[in-house]
Amino acid sequence: MADLVAAVLRGLSFGSVYALLAVGLVLAFRTTGVFNLAFGPQAFLTAAVYYDLHVTHGWPMYVGLFVAVIVVSPLVGLLLDRLLFRFLRNASEAARLVSVLGLYVAIPQLIFLWFGTNAHSNAEGIVPGGSVTYKLMDGVFVSRDDIAIVVGGLVAFGGLTLLLRRSALGLRMRAVVESTRLTELAGVDAERSSMASWMLSSGLAGFAGVLLAPVFAGQVDYLSYQTLVVAAIAASVVGGLNSIALAYAGGLGLGVLQQILSVYLPTNSVLASGLRPALPFVVLFAVLVFLPGLSRRRAVTDPLAGVDPPPPALAASERDPYFTRLTHIFAVVFFAGVGYWLFFHASGRWVDLAVRATIYAVIFLSITVITGLAGQVSLCQATFAAVGACATAQLAASSGMSVLVAMLIGAAIAAAVGVVVAVPALRLGGIFLSLATLAFAYFFSQVIYPLGWVSGGSRQPDVPRPLLGPVDFGPRHDKAFLVLALVVLAVVGTLVIWIRSGTTGRYLDAIRGSEVAAASIGISVNRMRILAFAVSAAIAGLGGGLMASFERSPNVVSNFPPEIGLVWIVLVVTLGARTVEGAIQAAIGFIFIAAVLLPTWVPWLVNLQPWYHMEALPIGLQTVLFGLGALTYAKHPEGILEFNKRKSYAFFSRHIGPGRKKRDGTGGGAPEPVPAGSAS
Amino acid sequence: MSLLDATGVGKSFSGISALSDVSLDVDAGEIVGLIGPNGAGKTTFFNCLLGILPPDSGRITFDGRDLRGVPTFKRARMGIARTFQRIELFVGMSPREHLLVAERARNRSGALWKDVLHLGGASAAEAARVQEMLALLGLEADADRPVEALSLGVGRLVEIGRALMTEPRLLLLDEPSSGLDRDETAELAAKLTVVQQERELAVLLVEHDIEFVRSLAARLFVLDFGVLIASGTTDEVFADAAVRKAYLGDLV
Repeated sequence: MADLVAAVLRGLSFGSVYALLAVGLVLAFRTTGVFNLAFGPQAFLTAAVYYDLHVTHGWPMYVGLFVAVIVVSPLVGLLLDRLLFRFLRNASEAARLVSVLGLYVAIPQLIFLWFGTNAHSNAEGIVPGGSVTYKLMDGVFVSRDDIAIVVGGLVAFGGLTLLLRRSALGLRMRAVVESTRLTELAGVDAERSSMASWMLSSGLAGFAGVLLAPVFAGQVDYLSYQTLVVAAIAASVVGGLNSIALAYAGGLGLGVLQQILSVYLPTNSVLASGLRPALPFVVLFAVLVFLPGLSRRRAVTDPLAGVDPPPPALAASERDPYFTRLTHIFAVVFFAGVGYWLFFHASGRWVDLAVRATIYAVIFLSITVITGLAGQVSLCQATFAAVGACATAQLAASSGMSVLVAMLIGAAIAAAVGVVVAVPALRLGGIFLSLATLAFAYFFSQVIYPLGWVSGGSRQPDVPRPLLGPVDFGPRHDKAFLVLALVVLAVVGTLVIWIRSGTTGRYLDAIRGSEVAAASIGISVNRMRILAFAVSAAIAGLGGGLMASFERSPNVVSNFPPEIGLVWIVLVVTLGARTVEGAIQAAIGFIFIAAVLLPTWVPWLVNLQPWYHMEALPIGLQTVLFGLGALTYAKHPEGILEFNKRKSYAFFSRHIGPGRKKRDGTGGGAPEPVPAGSAS
Repeated sequence: MSLLDATGVGKSFSGISALSDVSLDVDAGEIVGLIGPNGAGKTTFFNCLLGILPPDSGRITFDGRDLRGVPTFKRARMGIARTFQRIELFVGMSPREHLLVAERARNRSGALWKDVLHLGGASAAEAARVQEMLALLGLEADADRPVEALSLGVGRLVEIGRALMTEPRLLLLDEPSSGLDRDETAELAAKLTVVQQERELAVLLVEHDIEFVRSLAARLFVLDFGVLIASGTTDEVFADAAVRKAYLGDLV
């Protein structure tokens, strides 16, 4: 009995933190329309500031708290709104999600720069003498920290409910999300109410951040904040991202459930050791898939969205052939030059990097299919690659089949997994689909991957390099492997282009244009999306298999952790998710910035900063670049590459092209798109 | 037997009855109007017909087949096509591409393996059929401009063309004249008549514009507060006192 009471009480204090974050997520979603995945990193930032001020520099507790929670974290919210989210207010749901993903990967790395990556201990809560405990009954104690957390959660919850229900500010904040433009027409200053929303929700993240440290035994460690945000997402989804009360209850419930399970589940079973850490992901996935009502909730559509200009067509479709030929000649010459250098002059390291870039280009083409063509933001592409890598490794190592065949079977298995994920998730759509894929990504890495038949247990299987008749792609023949990878890339790239221009691509375009209209002419929306998921997963799986063969080991933990999938999405979408070039350039950037540019430039940057006190460089520094790159997405949703292509073409046709004179008369090749609303 | 037969269809939203016991039938090749004031339940009825909303009670059959549990896209394949009150076009595509997508969806000629083998392009026959439809609706001049650049009237024609490409036997038109001026409405009515007679198409027309309905429909059904208050030939219905009161107001 005492065990149970203690577990429930412990669960309540855990749950209060989950609940607080969940409430903040719902608040941000309802008042800004942005599902802020960066909430965990924001909470972590505030906790780090508080720790630094109070523990490291010995500031008094309440001064530190004031600066961290009341000054710094609302300021972060204000900055995010001014620098980023105000440009996204009328953007699509996918655009907002990608920008938030950018923050999600960039903020922690920026914090590591100054706070370091290791866990900091001896953090304190928000009341002095937090570890002082009171005895409730035999074997059941509560600490001052626990009480402070539960009370703090309740106060924040009550205050927010009142604010949204009763105050004029709350009403305005809710209206801005429905349609910024309509709200402005009604005379509300949307800018100001959005700023208020961001400062408030960011402050809430900060408050949750400082409350959390005592729950994790005085540790300030980024990993716990990451798990935390998934738990908070699960709790907020319980309320359909809409109800603050349900989100609060969901958070408390999840905390209590987790603690009770940890007491009563047998400690030595696979189920227990797998399930306990993964519980938030399991709950998130289960809630998403089984909660009725979510499927009927569609994304908020702005009644005035018709006044937005349409997305431009691919730049290539409106260029004149002369210019296209010129760029093709340039590309052929350039790549022939690079190829010549790689094969005859470059060192082994460069060949190695080129192979990796090529394999990542294959994997990134999976994002071109699912996000660029089907318009779905999938956050488990790394998982599909991991499935391909594991399957290839197991098949090749255990059955001794040719590794090339194993790769193809691995791709097929990944496609099957893609269908399994897509079928329950597809009835959701939009943000919920993305969350379901995120939950699956974590679920795979924590529960399924550790199983012996998936990962091979403690000993990773050895994966052979392919051997095709007389041609050896073995470890001493990286150049041959490079050719193999390039062939795979060329084949997959061509397929993607054919699919894009073929009927499948047209159907997917139609579905992106209007789901109901596509269904009304007999297109099965679900079937097409499942197909897109399967193709995308197969491509990612093939890339994963190639990588496993190249490294002669699946290396799932280092190559394909769930978070890396988010970085990929951000990178590909930023550079251009519709085109094959976008995926290739994203892969080149992914490999070479990390391997070549940063090691050369960062020490030099570091020397400029005397206050920089880290011994080693944070590994993920390049993700800051990628993450911040996503912020340009707000201005160029078609991708930087397309934007630049268009610009260079405009320059070309103004100054150089043969059609220069003719063009001046007609005013440009493509008809100037006129907003649909203004023409009627 | 009628082509479309709805018997006793009812639908309520959290206790508020939107439709109760509505029965309606459309024969092959005829134009039937469904009229009623705003909020009478016309669009709800449409959504029930198309499977976007499941009706709480009643039975809908099309060509003798019960439609219960048949998803929207399958109803489209059976021969029910529609247009939308707030036009739903595929952003970024031209009218020609709209018709082509619909044509290919009808043929079900889209298969992934064909795309993968680069056989996914439109056949000459398909392109010719699209061209024919563009000519029929007078859309040739705008055929290759992006739909966002077109006026609402042309947009409605594109929707009708897209619906017709699926070779429907029943076309559901949801307020096709809303947002159009007098001339555009007259033009739309003329084109609809041509198409309908040429194809012996059944049309169910939800409409506000009385003149427009009168010029097209042979029979009318009148909904008010989710209840069918009148039905019969167009002239009979307009003579009905209850209809005049509910729909046209006391003054008319």
